[in-house]
Amino acid sequence: MIERPESAVASIAQRNLEGYVGFANLPNQVYRKSVKRGFEFTLMVVGESGLGKSTLINSLFLTDLYSKDYPGPSLRIKKTVQVEQSKVLVKEGGVQLTLTIVDTPGFGDAVDNSNCWQPVINYIDSKCEDFLNAESRVNRRLMPDNRVHCCLYFIAPSGHGLKPLDIEFMKRLHDKVNVIPLIAKADTLTPEECQLFKKQIMKEIQEHKIQIYEFPDIEDDEDSKLIRKIKERMPLAVVGSNVVIEVNGRKVRGRQYPWGVAEVENGEHCDFTVLRNMLIRTHMQDLKDVTNNVHYENYRSRKLAAVTCNGGVDTSKTKNQMTRSPLAQMEEERREHVMKMKKMETEMEQVFEMKVKEKKQKLKDSEAELERRHEQMKKNLEAQYKELEEKKRHHEEEKSNWEAQQRILEQQKLDASKTMEKNKKKGKIF
Amino acid sequence: LLKCDGEGARAVPLAGHVGFDSMPDQLVNKSVNHGFCFNILCVGETGLGKSTLMDTLFNTKFEGEPTQHNQPGVQLKSNTYELQESNVRLKLTVVNTVGFGDQINKEDSYKSIVEFIDTQFEAYLQEELKIKRTLHSYHDTRIHACLYFIAPTGHSLKSLDLVTMKKLDSKVNIIPIIAKSDAISKSELTKFKIKITSELVSNGVQIYQFPTDDETVAEINSTMNGHLPFAVVGSTEEVKIGNKMVKARQYPWGTVQVENENHCDFVKLREMLIRVNMEDLREQTHTRHYELYRRCKLEEMGFKDTDPDCKPFSLQETYEAKRNEFMGDLQKKEEEMRQMFVQRVKEKEAELKEAEKELHEKFDRLKKLHQDEKKKLEDKKKSLDDELNGFKQKKTAAELLQSQAQQAGGSTTLKRDKERKK
Repeated sequence: MIERPESAVASIAQRNLEGYVGFANLPNQVYRKSVKRGFEFTLMVVGESGLGKSTLINSLFLTDLYSKDYPGPSLRIKKTVQVEQSKVLVKEGGVQLTLTIVDTPGFGDAVDNSNCWQPVINYIDSKCEDFLNAESRVNRRLMPDNRVHCCLYFIAPSGHGLKPLDIEFMKRLHDKVNVIPLIAKADTLTPEECQLFKKQIMKEIQEHKIQIYEFPDIEDDEDSKLIRKIKERMPLAVVGSNVVIEVNGRKVRGRQYPWGVAEVENGEHCDFTVLRNMLIRTHMQDLKDVTNNVHYENYRSRKLAAVTCNGGVDTSKTKNQMTRSPLAQMEEERREHVMKMKKMETEMEQVFEMKVKEKKQKLKDSEAELERRHEQMKKNLEAQYKELEEKKRHHEEEKSNWEAQQRILEQQKLDASKTMEKNKKKGKIF
Repeated sequence: LLKCDGEGARAVPLAGHVGFDSMPDQLVNKSVNHGFCFNILCVGETGLGKSTLMDTLFNTKFEGEPTQHNQPGVQLKSNTYELQESNVRLKLTVVNTVGFGDQINKEDSYKSIVEFIDTQFEAYLQEELKIKRTLHSYHDTRIHACLYFIAPTGHSLKSLDLVTMKKLDSKVNIIPIIAKSDAISKSELTKFKIKITSELVSNGVQIYQFPTDDETVAEINSTMNGHLPFAVVGSTEEVKIGNKMVKARQYPWGTVQVENENHCDFVKLREMLIRVNMEDLREQTHTRHYELYRRCKLEEMGFKDTDPDCKPFSLQETYEAKRNEFMGDLQKKEEEMRQMFVQRVKEKEAELKEAEKELHEKFDRLKKLHQDEKKKLEDKKKSLDDELNGFKQKKTAAELLQSQAQQAGGSTTLKRDKERKK
């Protein structure tokens, strides 16, 4: 007898350990395996030409992503918005990272920029689609994750506020990808101007209900204070540089001006270090997680709902369907259909039986009727037979009586004639 | 199932410390915050010390009373516990087979185990296929490791063991262990292990091999692979040895120390199962066993990756095709049923008509008989009537004659009578 196994989620009990078991080593195992596997990250940069996007990337990753041999898109003239990706492999401290930089040359550069965000959206969606298809295959192999994990949006340092294009773009992309707005070429703003600019931008972002990526709090109390401080600095104002300059004996990346050097990695000059620390050193994994758990899932459920619910008209039914996989949905429908068929079958069966019964009854009745009639006729015939017999018997009786009588008469006659003869002889008769 | 292929990527040097070498730490932090989950299935006959071994491995007292031998079938009982060690939280589920090996007919013993494992896979698959899903917060109940307890007979595996392990080896990571191994001497143990290993090999049973692809642990793993199956002893009782309290079993002839590697392989088991390869066991379950289940299930349902022209299907196409097929299938079934009924009605009608015909024939026959009888009767009547008439005639004729005769000879008689009277 095989019993149904119990669910494991039923109840969870706490247990204290009396001694070292060793699963505290699990994180090390995870560490080891992740290093072996390597990491990947896709970063998208969006903004008008000349805002220093390529320079910033080079500064962030301390490499010449775009060099003489691999010129960046900015050096090429574009008529329409292109989406280009460059893939590089970088290694540090035994950790391997496959970095994909997605550039959008031509963005915002045309006279009419309507829909210039569309190629960007298409790119992001197509990467999600690739992942979805890979994930949905029957034979799944190891899947590379080419989805866009982060989108740095470069705001021109006008000092006033967001441009309509900025707002439009962020509104359209904030539910598809992690958007981090940056103030580009921040070395053209004084600290006060920068402050005002940042305030204005955040105000507008809130007004338009744009959901930019929020660096989540880390558990540690100390760090969380730090994070709050950093959040106050949003959006980050950055400066990038490909050039290393010597300042007071130190070698720094910076921009040399007649009036001084704007240092890229100086926290008082710009927010570059904040960006780098957040983007690479502390929140890279979280950016990937949010992409996977939120943005991709949204894409997926939208895509699958369209396929299976066929544009669900009945919203209540659709909601129910959403919590099931399409296959479970079909299973459910199949079950319903089986029940419906069973019901139909019983009904048809009933009707069938009834009709048969009716007909059989009719047949029986007609049989009984015929039987009865036949009985009747038989009885009738028998009665006639009896009558006939009676008549015959009567006649026989009469006949035999009469015959007997006749014989007596005959005998008498014979006797009489005999007597006459006798008398004659005796002479008595004349 | 993510893999980082550096394909199409060119390597570039870094001019300084960027900082992404913290990625493994970021990942680890995330995992630690999220908590870990591990599910162990213990398969073995009643009384082989499964529960005791779990308690010993995890240094705690899990649920359960010792079970009796009178179970009618094999049941799986699972319990989930939350354990914590330093900052690592572990949701541990221990599943026990109750009643395994107790029945007279053990043919179906493995079935409930396979069913249980499949059920967990199915639950995960369903979640994965949902339209709105929450995979990252899903409580994974899939079995990551199956400890198969071998009875310490010292001879060989039982046929139940071989049959069961063969059914499980493509579904779960099997780690066979020799239970209650304090009943076997060292020399017997070596022979026993060799016998077991060769029997497993000759029967094609795939047991879990500790992975040797990662240099950091390749050496220790490959050494340990050579010690399989581990001969273990479990105990939660403590005995004082020297000036320490150790887990042990006390016999009149000596004390078996659980954590003494000369006495048994408990330490090896703990090392391999928990401290070195726990994560690999989880990974293998997900990337190998679960994928196999998923692939089989989807293929069973008719999903394919490419159409007959070998062009890849998109998910949309696949689902739509599936749906159409499904609907068509339902309609066909409905139509079939209708047809069947129409057929039955026809047959029944024919049957009844036949019966009706027979009835009429019967009565026609009877009618004919009746006609015949009637005719006979008529004939008889007629002959009787003829006879009656004949008789009547005869009678009238005779009477006439008599009356004539009487008239003629009546006077003679009278005279005679008169004379007589005188």
